[in-house]
Amino acid sequence: MSKKIKSRNLDKYITYSFLILIFVISQLLVMTGVASNKFEGLLVPISVYVLLAVSLNLVVGFSGELSLGHAGFMCVGAYAGSLFSLLMQNVITVWWLRFPMAIIIGGLVAAVAGFLIGIPVLRLRGDYLAIVTLAFGEIIKNLFNNMYLAIDKNGVFFSMNASAYTKHAFDAATKQDLIKGAQGITGTPNDSNFVICFIVIMICVIALLNLIDSKTGRSIKAARDNRIAAEAMGIDVTKAKMTAFVIASFIAGMAGVLYSHNLRTLVASKFDYNLSILVLVFVVLGGMKNMRNVIIATIILYALPEALRALNDYRMLLYAIVLIVMMLLNNNDKFAAFKKKLSIKALIARFNTKGGVK
Amino acid sequence: MSFFSYFVSGISLGSIYALIALGYTMVYGIAKMLNFAHGDVIMIGGYVAFTAITTMQFPVWLSICISILACIILGVVIEKIAYKPLRNATPLAILITAIGVSYLLQNVALLIFGSAAKSFTSVVPKFSVELGGVSITGETIVTIAVAVLIVICLSIFINKTKSGRAMLAVSEDKGAAQLMGINVNSTISLTFAIGSGLAAVASVLLCSTYPQISPYTGAMPGIKAFTAAVFGGIGSIPGAMIGGVVLGIIESLSKAYISSELSDAIVFGVLIIVLLVRPTGLFGKKFNEKV
Amino acid sequence: MPILETKDLGIQFGGLKAVDGLYIKIEKGQLYGLIGPNGAGKTTVFNLLTGVYQPTSGSFYFDGEQISNSSPVSINKKGIARTFQNIRLFGDMSVIDNVKVGFHNSYKYSMLEGVLRVGRYRKQEKEYHDKAMELLKVFGMENEAKLLASNLPYGKQRKLEIARAMATNPKLLLLDEPAAGMNPNETAELMETIRFVRDNFDMTILLIEHDMKLVSGICEEVTVLNFGTVLAQGKTETVLNDPKVITAYIGEDD
Repeated sequence: MSKKIKSRNLDKYITYSFLILIFVISQLLVMTGVASNKFEGLLVPISVYVLLAVSLNLVVGFSGELSLGHAGFMCVGAYAGSLFSLLMQNVITVWWLRFPMAIIIGGLVAAVAGFLIGIPVLRLRGDYLAIVTLAFGEIIKNLFNNMYLAIDKNGVFFSMNASAYTKHAFDAATKQDLIKGAQGITGTPNDSNFVICFIVIMICVIALLNLIDSKTGRSIKAARDNRIAAEAMGIDVTKAKMTAFVIASFIAGMAGVLYSHNLRTLVASKFDYNLSILVLVFVVLGGMKNMRNVIIATIILYALPEALRALNDYRMLLYAIVLIVMMLLNNNDKFAAFKKKLSIKALIARFNTKGGVK
Repeated sequence: MSFFSYFVSGISLGSIYALIALGYTMVYGIAKMLNFAHGDVIMIGGYVAFTAITTMQFPVWLSICISILACIILGVVIEKIAYKPLRNATPLAILITAIGVSYLLQNVALLIFGSAAKSFTSVVPKFSVELGGVSITGETIVTIAVAVLIVICLSIFINKTKSGRAMLAVSEDKGAAQLMGINVNSTISLTFAIGSGLAAVASVLLCSTYPQISPYTGAMPGIKAFTAAVFGGIGSIPGAMIGGVVLGIIESLSKAYISSELSDAIVFGVLIIVLLVRPTGLFGKKFNEKV
Repeated sequence: MPILETKDLGIQFGGLKAVDGLYIKIEKGQLYGLIGPNGAGKTTVFNLLTGVYQPTSGSFYFDGEQISNSSPVSINKKGIARTFQNIRLFGDMSVIDNVKVGFHNSYKYSMLEGVLRVGRYRKQEKEYHDKAMELLKVFGMENEAKLLASNLPYGKQRKLEIARAMATNPKLLLLDEPAAGMNPNETAELMETIRFVRDNFDMTILLIEHDMKLVSGICEEVTVLNFGTVLAQGKTETVLNDPKVITAYIGEDD
C-alpha cells in the first residue's frame, strides 16, 4: 500500500483516539465526582450535537449542498423513537434491548423522510435547495406541532386538529395520549446516557470516514467539485447526493432518539430553524470537511458559553459572528497565505532552508 | 367574516410580501445571491420606526423617513462588509455569510430590545371603508395603494433612467456591463439601497397591520417573500409583485378555511410545488451553465 | 462498422443553428481531428456526442447503436469519455482520486462493503490504486499523485483530464483542445502520448485542436467545421491543402 493510504489511515486513527480520550476523561471526571452535575448533564446534549454536526458535514462539506432542515430529520427520528419506546415500554422491559431498537427505528424513519424529501429537493441547486430544505424543516415542525395521536380500547385516534381531539369521546380508563399537539410526547423512558451516545458516535464516525474514503465517497465529492465532469465520468450525481442526504438523515434521526430519551417532554417547537443553523455554525467553524475539526468545533462552541456564564447571553451573537468571519477569512487571499505559512509542513520547510540543508 | 374580506386582507398581506420580494428579486437578479438577511433588515426598520414614533415621539412622516434612511445605510453597509469580499467565492460561502448576517441582526435586536414583542402604533390614521357590505381597514387600503405606487415608480425608474438601465445591464452580464463603462460596484450598492429602502416601507406597513414588533418579526415574512419572489420568477419585478399577492391570498384563505396553525406549512408546500413544476417561476429566465 | 457515425446531426439555440447537418464517420482505432475557427461549433459537437445537449435534429450511432437521446451518464457507460476545453477537474480532490473517480463504474464492491471495509473492498481498492498509478505514469505524473488537482500547473491539469477520461475505460475518447496553453515541446510530447494511448489502450480518438502541427502530425482524417456546417472532410493532408479550408480557416488565423 502506498504512503498516501497509510497517512489517511493515520489521520483516522488520530480521530478515533481523540474521541476515545475525550470519552475516558469525561467518564473519569464523572466517576471521581470531580465534575459538577451540570457537566454531567451536558454530556448527552453535546453528543447529540456532535452527531448532528458530523452528519450535516457530510451534506454541506462533502456533498456541497446547504441543507437548512437538518432539525426536521432529527425531529422525525425523535418522534419515531419516542413513540416506539412509549408503546414498547411494557412489552420489552429490558431497556438496553429496547433502546438500541428505538435508535435504529428513529434513524430508519428519518432516513425514509430524507429519501422522500430528497426526491424533489435534490433536483434543485444552491440557494433553492437551501430554501426548500428550510421549508421542509418548518413543515415537519408545523405538522408535528398539530398532531394528535392517542389510543384507547376502541382503537387508535389520529387528528391534525386540536378541537377534534378535545371533542372526541375517549374511553377514559384505557386512554393513553401518545402525541398531544404542541405539548408533544410525555413519558418517554429516560434510556439515554453518555455511554450509549459514545458508542453511536464511534460507529457513525468510523462508518462516515470509511464511506468518504470509498468509491461512494469519491462520487459524492466529485459531484460536489464539478457536476458536469462527474456526469461525464459516468457518475449519477443525483444518486450520489441522495446517498449523502439519506445517510445524514439517518444519523440525525438517531441523534433525535438519543435526545428525546434524555427529556421529560418532547416538543416539536424545539426542532426549529435556529437548531439547524446552530449545527451549521459547528460545521462551518470546523472547516466544512475534516470530521475531527467539526467535532472539536462542536464541543468548544457548545461547551464554551455553558462554561462561561458571561458568554451565555451572547452565545447566539457569537455564533453569527463565527459564520461571517469564517467565510470572510476562508475567501481572503492574505489569510490563506498566512495560514499556509503557519502550517507544519511550511514550518519544517523553513527550518530546513534556514539550517542550510540542501 | 366573508370570503371577500379574507380575500382583501390576503391582497394586503400579499402587497407587503411583494414589497419585500422586490428586494430579494432585485438583489438576486443583479448580485446573483440570496440575501438571507433581507427579512431582518425589515425587522430593524420596524424597530427604528418604533423607536422614533414611540420613544422619541417624532412625527410619523419623519419616523418613516428615518426608518427608510437607516435601512438604506444598513443594506449598503452589509453589502460592503459582508458580501463584496465574497463576490468570487462559491455560492455556498455567500449563502452561509448571508445567513450569518441574518442571525447577527436578529441577535443584536434581541440584545437591545429584548425578546418580548413590543406593541407598535399604527402609522395610518383610523378610518375604514365599506365595500360590498364589508368594512376594509385603513391599513389595508394604504398598504395596497403604497405597494401599487412603488411598483409603478420602480418600473419607470428601471426602464427609463440611466441608473435603472445600468441595473438591467449588470443583471444581464456583469462582465459586459463593466466593459461598457458601467460601474458594477455602485450599481450593486444602489440595488441594495433600493431593496433595503423598500424593506423599511414594508416594515412600517407590516407593523401597522399586525401592530407589534419583535426580533423575529422579519424572519417569517422574509422567507415567505422569498417564496413569493421564486413563485413569480426570481429576477422579475412584475413577477415579485404578482407572486407576493398570490401568496398573500393563499395564506389568508388557508388560515380562514383550512387551519391557522398549518398555514405556514401550506405556504411552504406551495413553494415546493412551484419549484418542482416550474423552477423558473411564472416570469423567470433560465440560466444555462457554459460547458 | 464505424465506431461512431453521425447522421444529419444538428442543434438549434433559439434561431441559431450552432451545428447543422453533420455527417461524420469514424472507424475503430482512428485518430480523427475536428477543426475549425473559433465559434464554429466544435465543442457543441462534443456536447451533443456526450449528452450534455440533446440534438434538435438528426442522430448518432455508437458501435451501431443509436444513442442520441441518452444522458451523459449512460453515454459514458456505453464507452464514450471526454475532456473539457475549460478544464473541469475535481479541484478539491487529489490527483489520484480524480483518476479513481474515472474508475467509479469498474469498482464492483457495494457501499456497505466500503463502509465495513470487508469483502471485495480491499482487493479492488488496491487493484485500482495500481491501475490509477499506471495511468498517471503514462502522463509522467506519478510523483504528483498526492497533490490537490487544483494545485497542478495548467499543462498537467490537461493531462490529468485525459487520464481521468481514460479511467472510465472508453472505446472512444473525445479530447477538447488537449494542447491548449502548452509550449511546442510539451505539445510534441503530448502528440507522442496521444499516439501511445491509441496504440496501447485500444481506443479511438476524436480530438478538437487549434494547433495545426499537432493535427497534421497525428490525425489520419479530419472534418473542418465552419459556422456549424461541414466545410471539408477527408484525409488530413488533402483537407489541409484544400484552398477552401485555407481561406476560411488557416488564412484567417494567420
